[in-house]
Amino acid sequence: MSATATDATKIDRPPALPRGWPRQRVLGYALVCLWIVFLAGIAAYLILAWNGELFAKYAPGYVSGLGITLLLVAISIVLGAILSVPIAYARMSKNRVLLGLAYAYVYFFRGTPLLAQTFLVYYGVGSFRPQLEMVGLWGFFREAFNCAIFAFSLNTAAYQAEILRGAIQSVPRGQWEGAASLGLHKLQTMWKIILPQALIVALRPYGNEIILMIKGSAIVAIITVYDLMGVTRLTYSRTFDFQSYVWAAIIYLVIVEILRHAVEWIERRITIHLQR
Amino acid sequence: MQSVWTLLSWGPEGWLDDIAYGVFITVSLAAATLPVGLVIGFLVALAKQSGEPSLRLAGNIYTTIFRGLPELLTLFIIFYGAQVGIQQMIHLYDPTASVEVNAFVSGMIALGVVFSSYASEVFLSAFRAIPKGQYEGGYSVGLSGWQTMRLVVLPQLIRIALPGLANLWLILLKDTALVSAIGLTDILRQAGVAARVTKHAFLFFGVAALIYLLLAIISSFGINAIERAVGRQQVQR
Repeated sequence: MSATATDATKIDRPPALPRGWPRQRVLGYALVCLWIVFLAGIAAYLILAWNGELFAKYAPGYVSGLGITLLLVAISIVLGAILSVPIAYARMSKNRVLLGLAYAYVYFFRGTPLLAQTFLVYYGVGSFRPQLEMVGLWGFFREAFNCAIFAFSLNTAAYQAEILRGAIQSVPRGQWEGAASLGLHKLQTMWKIILPQALIVALRPYGNEIILMIKGSAIVAIITVYDLMGVTRLTYSRTFDFQSYVWAAIIYLVIVEILRHAVEWIERRITIHLQR
Repeated sequence: MQSVWTLLSWGPEGWLDDIAYGVFITVSLAAATLPVGLVIGFLVALAKQSGEPSLRLAGNIYTTIFRGLPELLTLFIIFYGAQVGIQQMIHLYDPTASVEVNAFVSGMIALGVVFSSYASEVFLSAFRAIPKGQYEGGYSVGLSGWQTMRLVVLPQLIRIALPGLANLWLILLKDTALVSAIGLTDILRQAGVAARVTKHAFLFFGVAALIYLLLAIISSFGINAIERAVGRQQVQR
C-alpha cells in the first residue's frame, strides 16, 4: 500500500495549469473588456441617438431594402446554380474546345472584381443599344436591378461551377465503376450515387458562396439599386446620421450569422450517418 | 469618331496614362494592405489558438464581426465614421475646422481588417496542422516559447498557410476595386471617368476587367515562384 503511494508521488506530473493572473489572461481579459466597452458604446450610442420620428420615417425603407437584397441574392443564386451545371460539365469534359471555353469563363469571372463586372454590364450595355433594341432586350437592361441580377448570376455561376466540379471529383472513381458494374446508366449513377455524396462535400462551400453573395450584393448600391446598402446610403445622405450605417451593419451581421449557423446545422444533420 | 487605339493611347488624347495611374494606386493599396493584414491576422490567430478562453473569445468576436460585414459597408463605416469621429473631437477645440479623411488610409484600414479576419482563419488551421510534438521538441532542447515559435513553428506554419494566403491575396486585389466608391482614383474609377467622357463604357470597363485579370495572372506566377522556393526548402530537410 505504502509502496504504491510513494510510487504515485514519484510520477512526474505535468505542470499545473497557470493560476492567478498570467500575462495571457491579463491580456485576454483586457481585450474582452475592450470589446464589451466597444459593443456597449455602440448600444449606448444607438439608444442616445434614438429618434422615433426618424425611425418611423426610414425603417420601412430598411425593410424593403432587406427584401431587395434577399431577392437579388436568391434569384442570382438560383440562376447561377442552373447555369453552373453545363459549365461544370464542360470543365470536366475531355473535349479541348469545351474545356478551354469553360476554363476561360471561370477564370474571367473569378479573376475580376464583381464591381467591375457589374459596371461592365450596367454601363457597358449602353454601347450595344441598337443591337439590344433589335432583339427587344433593351427594356430589360435599362433596369439597374436586372443588370445586377445578370452580372451576379454570371459571376456566381463561375464560382458554383467550381464548387460542383470539386465536389463531384471528390467522389472516388470506384463509385462510378461500381455503379457501372451494376449496370446503372451514367445519368442514374450521377443522380443516385455521385450527387448525394458530392453534395455533402459541396454544402459548406455553397453556404459560403451564399454568404459571399449577400455581402457582395452591397455593391449594387453603387449602381442605384435600393437594396439594404442603397437605402442606408440614401438615409445617410439625407440625415447625416451615422447610426444609419450602424443599423445596416447589425442587419447584415445577423443575416450572415443566421445563415452560417443554418449551414452548420444542416451539415450536422446530413452527416449523421458518417459520425461514429 | 475616334478609333479605339487613339482612346487607349498614351498622352493627352488617350486614356492609357490615366488608367496606368489607376493601376499604380490599386497595386500600391493592395501591397500596403498586405503586411498590415498579415500581422493583425497572425496576432488574431495566436489569440484564437491560445489556451486562455478570454483571448479566444476576443479573437472570435473580431473574426465574426469583420467576416460578417460586407466589405463595402466596412469601408464606408471606417471612412465616414472616422470623418464624423475626428470632426467631433476637433470641434471641441475649434468649431470651424473641417476634416477630410484620407481615402487611401481608410481603404487600407478597411481592407486590412477584412483581410486579417480571413487570414486569421488560415493561420489558425495551419496552427492546428502542426503537431504538438514540435512544441514539445522545442521545449526539450531548451528553446524558450518565443524561440520555439520563431525557429520551429513559424517556418512550417508559413509553408502550410501559403496556399490559403495566396488565395486571400487574389481576393484582396479584387476587393481594392471597392475603394473607387469612396473616391480613390483606382483602375475602376479611372475607367469610369474615361467611360463618362468618351461614351465608350463597354470598352473602358472591359479594359479595366482585363487589367484586373492580368494582375491576377501575374500574381499567380509570383505565388507559384514563392511556393516552389518554399517547397525546395522542404525537400532539403
